[in-house]
Amino acid sequence: MKPLLEVRNITKRFGGLTAVDNMDMKIFPGEVVGLLGDNGAGKSTLIKVISGVYRANKGKIFFAGKETRIDNPMHALKIGIETIYQDLALAENLNVYSNIFLGREKLKRFLGLIKILDHDYMLAESRKVLDQLEIEVPSLKKQIRTLSGGQRQAVAISRSIYWDAKLLIMDEPTAALGVVEQKNVLNLIKTLSSQDIPVLIISHQLHDVFSVASRLVIMRRGKKIAERMTKETTTDEIVGLIVGSIPGDYHDVNTDTAKGSDVNRRHFASKSGKNHRPKQNQG
Amino acid sequence: MMDKADFREILVILVKRWILIFLAIELVFFAVFGTNYLSLRNLQNILLTSTVVLLLATGQTFVIITGGIDLSVGFMVGFSGVICAKVMVSLQAAGISQSVAVSSGIAVALILGLLPGLINGLLVARLRVPPFIATFGMYGIAYGFAEIISNNVPIHNLPTLVSSIGHGYLIYWLPEKAFTFFKIPENLTRLELQNLVPIVPNVTVIAFIFVAIFAFILAKTRFGQHTYAIGGSVDAAERAGINVKRHLIKVYMISSFFASLAGVCYVLMFITGRAPAGSARLLDAVVAVVIGGASLYGGTGSIGGTIIGVLIIGVLQIGLVNLGVPTYNLYIAVGCILILAVLVDQFLPKLVHGKD
Amino acid sequence: MHKKRDRKILSHVARNWALLFLICLLILFSILGKNFFGLRNFSNIVLAATTLLLLATGETFVIISGGIDLSIGFVMGFVCVVSAVVMRDLHAAGLPQVISITTGCSVGILLGLIPGLINGILIAKLRVPPFIATLGMWGIANGLAWRFSEGFPIAFLPPRVRDIGMAYIAYFSPKTGLSFFSRPVLTERADIWNLMKIIPIPVLVIAILLVIFAFVLAKTKFGQHTYAIGGSVDAAERAGINVSRHLIKTYTISAFFASCAGALLVFKINMGVHTQYTSSYELFAIAAVVIGGASLMGGKGNIWGTIIGVLLIGTLNNGLMLMGLPIFYRYIAVGCILIVAVLIDQFFPELVYKE
Repeated sequence: MKPLLEVRNITKRFGGLTAVDNMDMKIFPGEVVGLLGDNGAGKSTLIKVISGVYRANKGKIFFAGKETRIDNPMHALKIGIETIYQDLALAENLNVYSNIFLGREKLKRFLGLIKILDHDYMLAESRKVLDQLEIEVPSLKKQIRTLSGGQRQAVAISRSIYWDAKLLIMDEPTAALGVVEQKNVLNLIKTLSSQDIPVLIISHQLHDVFSVASRLVIMRRGKKIAERMTKETTTDEIVGLIVGSIPGDYHDVNTDTAKGSDVNRRHFASKSGKNHRPKQNQG
Repeated sequence: MMDKADFREILVILVKRWILIFLAIELVFFAVFGTNYLSLRNLQNILLTSTVVLLLATGQTFVIITGGIDLSVGFMVGFSGVICAKVMVSLQAAGISQSVAVSSGIAVALILGLLPGLINGLLVARLRVPPFIATFGMYGIAYGFAEIISNNVPIHNLPTLVSSIGHGYLIYWLPEKAFTFFKIPENLTRLELQNLVPIVPNVTVIAFIFVAIFAFILAKTRFGQHTYAIGGSVDAAERAGINVKRHLIKVYMISSFFASLAGVCYVLMFITGRAPAGSARLLDAVVAVVIGGASLYGGTGSIGGTIIGVLIIGVLQIGLVNLGVPTYNLYIAVGCILILAVLVDQFLPKLVHGKD
Repeated sequence: MHKKRDRKILSHVARNWALLFLICLLILFSILGKNFFGLRNFSNIVLAATTLLLLATGETFVIISGGIDLSIGFVMGFVCVVSAVVMRDLHAAGLPQVISITTGCSVGILLGLIPGLINGILIAKLRVPPFIATLGMWGIANGLAWRFSEGFPIAFLPPRVRDIGMAYIAYFSPKTGLSFFSRPVLTERADIWNLMKIIPIPVLVIAILLVIFAFVLAKTKFGQHTYAIGGSVDAAERAGINVSRHLIKTYTISAFFASCAGALLVFKINMGVHTQYTSSYELFAIAAVVIGGASLMGGKGNIWGTIIGVLLIGTLNNGLMLMGLPIFYRYIAVGCILIVAVLIDQFFPELVYKE
């Protein structure tokens, strides 16, 4: 099976600091992948490169098999890469449906001449997508600032779904939420996964990641140091890999990524029941 | 229990519209205590004196909603006024017909008036200069250039057409006799001239048209929506794909356009081009926008609110004159209303949510 | 690496750019202007800058705390008028000049603190944004000043006022030698012209105030807390600083300096007069503070920088005047310098936390 998203040799520098160092990663359709690592490991930078906020200094991005350049956020959105940041990037002073349609507002013609906002359409469509995801928000006309953390998260997710996200990236989705709301968001993620939409999650809440992600990618100091199938590892091992008390699988970027392809092979063995042998230059 | 909840609801609705109620109270107060306050002439007087502030405040509304501020409009009025007057005078001296001279003066002033806005926008959006500083810099620069162009002396001797537009009205009505547009009816006796009722100054019509257009843009179009979005969260706007830099530049150009328009109206009303014109109106404009519901942190505000804010100040100003009260009390009053406005806006959400 | 060293040099230049620019201006005007270079003119510059110096010093505290005070220009006018009125009335009542003058100043300055207190309460306790609170106070102070003066300058002040305003610490004349505080009596016109006047009294007073408050800002806990609040109100609160009380004190300091400027004005011009609308004192004060290195976000700036900013503006004023250029050019000049100041801050982010 072909990966939906593949990044190869991605490097991003800021002045003298190398935030992401020759990073490789694949995401397959329907997966939930957890991107883990300590602060400063480069996770946020990597997803900002994928979502177009930053441009990589080196490396390539492949989407649906084709090499793609992602130069700005709009670009990423057009391809179908939707990102939900830690601060949600919602405009507090606008209401729910305005936020869902932010930047892509639906217009209608006034007196046949001037294009104005089509509030009714946006309201109705937003209601539809919220219902589809079984999210409870009493009034879509209220300003976002009156909503709880979980509701805002839900609005942000609905926004991505409405715009036909092909890949959803989430940065610390459960960080500021209460227990019940955390569960709701995690269920939402599972729903997305069942609809074949891959999700890439960054989170420090290992427990949450373990409950939704099927595969884990661990970064340290800008490099990928390990990959594990969730079922085949423990939180202790992951913590060890993150902080460095357990050595990673990749000591040097140029060594064989055999272990990596091993992980992929076994992953798809479990999925399709057959023993696929990945091609050598796919690594 | 039902009554309490209802009462609360009514209270909330009232407080939300407090500026309208305040304006109404003001009008009633002056109608009772003043002389002929609600006469057509006096009301039109209010509109006329408020024109410059209204235009400045409209442009400023856009800027304040994005979380910025435009101090340069204080001297932009003089800047564009001086340019307008100078062009008119020069063309007239060159023998060109009045209508061409006047329209050229206006056109040149409006077009050149976009330039400071462009610079403001570039400074704020591309060079990340804080709006306060960028526009203050422009404020000084505009004043300097205005004085240079006018040689430090007010410009007079404008074409007579200016005065007929500036002091003219849309409609002239002689009860039961005549009804004309733009021109005073011909061949009137002195008695008839005295009874002539002028309705709606030309200058007000001009201002109103532009204010209405941009009120529509702010409230109904995508451009307006994005303006609010940027004020709410620049990050959210950027990540939603909005080109924030370009939008901000446009917003500052709108502000300086309205300031130039105010300058043109000043020239029409006072038949002179002066560099320091309108500098006192800058803070009135900001005050009006804030009274109208905007927050200096951005994200809220509306042209409707701004208009009411302008009227509150205008009604007060003319009202005090009408009562014979010294004008310094105006400053005190406006200062107090301003602070009151902010306090109300702050305690309003608590009032509303106390209900929930 | 050459690039790094160049960058370091450039950084040093940027750090002190205002001072360097001032020196360049001094040189430029000395060449282009008449009588620019000389003790007499330099004293003129400093004397003329005294008002702005006071206003800007108070403003420095406010801006470092992350706020802004727009009311200072009109508070100054208010105090000027009130002090003059008290002085005039007490003098007319027959009280000795010493009493009428000191009472006038004290009453004026004390009353002038009230707007500062109100500003502080509005901003700290009622969470009114500083821009608005001080804007409101701006209008109120102006209105009150106008009210007390009825629009006319207050005259008939005690005669000693004028003497103090024009007095210097020391005088030197070839004929009479060095004398302190009292102006030597000279009859020859040539001698009067050649009389060297050293340090006007007002400047002495201001210098003392500046030194005290610069010390407060740089070395005391109060100063430290001011910077802290400017950096992050949250952090300051959680560190146990009583932010509300501190802010009230800060705005009172600003009003104090504005009041001193107002009282000083009485001595300078021998009149009580309210501030004109177009004076833009507050904006020049803010400009001076920002040029001196402060950031409108707060947390940055110092008195020394403010002094340089004020001298820069004052030199520009004076130089332009001596060159025969109309005064309004200074608006253009100050506007440009202000923008340059901010741009420099942006291109050299390593200067962010300079002391």
